[in-house]
Amino acid sequence: MSKNQLNSMKELINITVIDRKGEKHSLEAPTDMNMNLMEVCKAYELPVEGTCGGMALCSTCHCYVESDHELPEASDAEEDMMDQAFFVESNSRLGCQVRIVEDLDGLVVKLAPEAG
Amino acid sequence: MIKTDIIIVGAGPVGLFTVFEAGLLKLRCHLVDSLPIVGGQLAEIYPKKPIYDIPGYPSVLAGELVDNLMKQIEPFNPEFTLGERAEKLERLENNHFQLTTNKGTVLEAPVVAIAGGLGCFEPRKPPISNIADFEDKGVEYIIRDPELYRDKRVVIAGGGDSALDWTIFLAEVASEVTLVHRRTQFRGALDSVEKVMALSESGKIKLLTESQVVGLTGNGHLDAVKIKHSKEGEKEKETDHFIPLFGLSPKLGPIGEWGLNITKNAIEVDTLDYQTNVPGIFAIGDINTYEGKLKLILCGFHEATLMCQSAFKIINPDKKLSFKYTTVTGVDGF
Repeated sequence: MSKNQLNSMKELINITVIDRKGEKHSLEAPTDMNMNLMEVCKAYELPVEGTCGGMALCSTCHCYVESDHELPEASDAEEDMMDQAFFVESNSRLGCQVRIVEDLDGLVVKLAPEAG
Repeated sequence: MIKTDIIIVGAGPVGLFTVFEAGLLKLRCHLVDSLPIVGGQLAEIYPKKPIYDIPGYPSVLAGELVDNLMKQIEPFNPEFTLGERAEKLERLENNHFQLTTNKGTVLEAPVVAIAGGLGCFEPRKPPISNIADFEDKGVEYIIRDPELYRDKRVVIAGGGDSALDWTIFLAEVASEVTLVHRRTQFRGALDSVEKVMALSESGKIKLLTESQVVGLTGNGHLDAVKIKHSKEGEKEKETDHFIPLFGLSPKLGPIGEWGLNITKNAIEVDTLDYQTNVPGIFAIGDINTYEGKLKLILCGFHEATLMCQSAFKIINPDKKLSFKYTTVTGVDGF
């Protein structure tokens, strides 16, 4: 999806994604399309694989929440998958389990290193 | 040497359905998969998840879809080589392909269909810088022979069923078992969790939670692991073996070295018939890429169907292919 297409939609929030090289990307994400953070990253062609398609069954969308937004607690499925992930920190989340909602405007996340 | 019409690399849903479409054209298939079971991701990653976009099924569990596909292809007697990874693919003088697996099985066919999905499932390796130095020298990702650990000290890492099950099993075999887990809770079968807790309380095993193995030391063979506790910091623990059990993740693997055009871990194909840049080698399902590609099972089924038409022409250059509906002719197996 191009930035123009995203811009034409209503209910946009801004998200900053810091990639693995430390580069910051400002993304606009629609809140009315039932999207998750992994999908938004992919739409902007950031290096997020999303191998399992968003079922919390791989950890290729693993990221760290850098801003002080309060996210809903991780589900058991997400925690279970985190057990198989590496470089897990206290602010780790799976992007596919983070729903794009209004409250997340201004969210800053950093992509976790790619692992085995 | 196994001879067939189409070698199908990958026994996921698309590979399985290829057998059906090929069978309708009287073409025989042999499937190779690195997993010991059929079904690919559906069986390995999400057998209990419902799928809602298979035409005609408002909802079907992934595992059920695999069972149904196996039933659907039964009349065509597909052959399987499971638990072996397709390793080497060469073209022979007769223009056929020869595929060799990592266990030395050799197959020959005029057509190869790569339905490899995300690639081969391989154990996830913890990102410890020198871990490769100790592989099979104290570090094992898969337990092949439990006797290897008799009267040895073992550190297992992970929080899933396999980590729990092997901890319970090796408690009776090894001289010392330490289970290292990132959290205090365990996923996995409740029964296994309770057993591990009981073993820990009775002192038969050591349980280190909120901990991760972050370093390995040894001289030629593993001597010790460095374990980092989330609050208490690092400490070293002497051990003979370290077994990280973090599940499987897919890797493109040897397919990447078969001379095919690859973009972003996917094989480029012509949408006319999903043939790759090498005539006679097709790529279908999640492993291929083309403009407008969608990684959907139903798209893979379509790709398999068109692919078989071209495969027929390669295999039977002098025969005329007449298109038939199953409603007219039924399914005539062999």
